[in-house]
Amino acid sequence: MNAIEVRNLNKLYKANKVSSGFELKDVSFDLPYGCIMGLIGENGAGKSTTIKLILDIIEKDSGTIRIFGKESPEELVLAKDDIGVVIDEPVFHDSMTGAQINKIMRSTYTNWDEAKFFELLERFGVEKGKRFKTLSKGMKMKMSIAVALSHKAKLLIMDEPTSGLDPVIRNDIVDIFNEFTRDPQNSVLISSHIVSDLEKLCDYVAFISRGQLLLCEEKDRLLERYAVVYCSADELAAISEKAVKGKKESPYGVEAVVERSAIPEGMQANPVSMEELFVLFAKEGKLK
Amino acid sequence: MKILINNKSGVPIYEQIYSQIKSYIISGEAQEDEALPSIRSLAKDLRISVITTKRAYDELEREGFIYTIAGKGCFVAAKNLELLREENLRKIEEYMLCIAELADTCKLTREDITEMYRVITEEE
Repeated sequence: MNAIEVRNLNKLYKANKVSSGFELKDVSFDLPYGCIMGLIGENGAGKSTTIKLILDIIEKDSGTIRIFGKESPEELVLAKDDIGVVIDEPVFHDSMTGAQINKIMRSTYTNWDEAKFFELLERFGVEKGKRFKTLSKGMKMKMSIAVALSHKAKLLIMDEPTSGLDPVIRNDIVDIFNEFTRDPQNSVLISSHIVSDLEKLCDYVAFISRGQLLLCEEKDRLLERYAVVYCSADELAAISEKAVKGKKESPYGVEAVVERSAIPEGMQANPVSMEELFVLFAKEGKLK
Repeated sequence: MKILINNKSGVPIYEQIYSQIKSYIISGEAQEDEALPSIRSLAKDLRISVITTKRAYDELEREGFIYTIAGKGCFVAAKNLELLREENLRKIEEYMLCIAELADTCKLTREDITEMYRVITEEE
């Protein structure tokens, strides 16, 4: 069973005087219950568009979106009670305090859990009496995350929740999402261009580049399939060209990302990072 | 049970879990029918993917080291002597391969090696 199912999702922003336009083309993926999926893409790749379409903030041109197996507009509105949302920009009014946010959320979500909210604020070190505008960027983000986690949501959808934050807070946040999915009913869809955060956190990764889904795969299988080799140009030439996914050459040698299965015996295969893979895939377009 | 995950070793994570749980069981540290951590809690404690952890458990189950009771979790299977023997035979083969390679580099004949083996086992 899947928490989110996206099929052939399309959205076209026509080019006009101020923008060259953008098209999200035929995006399809599944997020199974209990799993964390990371959307990885460069700036302007279509991550936020995808998330906004799923949240029904913008209207799709075509395609299907199913959340908790539901797809009719009436059912999807009700499903939102079970979705925790965190977006990149501050969402609360500048002059509001944590206590006031609590009051508003209490009448917004049917399952609002006040005790949980204040407990999270305390755990995150966010002062509930402080006005929103006086909080640091990291604290604002933690406020949003506390709200998302305080109404018994079963699905978290987050757009760049870790961007602009320092490594310590980012690590905290990654731990919180990890903890959230201890419950096999809970799922997370998270977008980021900080690939290392997603590499730590996700069960699945989806690469989006220039409006297209390049791949959607189990993270560890993806990392297992490829490896980095350091060798001479001649040695690399001995590896089947199809297996070489990308290379950096210098007069003294080559560094290449290759399919692990094609590496000859005796040549050292080094682990590849998600970041290296993404950069490569985004540069080359479609590799599969 | 000690399980260490090294992201930088280049050994697939599922293999790291698989081999560490397996050696915990084979070494005799594990009790028969001992409950293993659930897939989800192990994955979350180690901060690794649930799917990868499941893959390791599936492999262990397929090889008869653990068994699953639906709704209860995974447990250490009764020690299968045949299985242990297989495992040891595999190890011996591995060492033999090493011996063959080393013997080759030192230009030792098959007779030299059997002679060495005879001497060693007689000493014991």
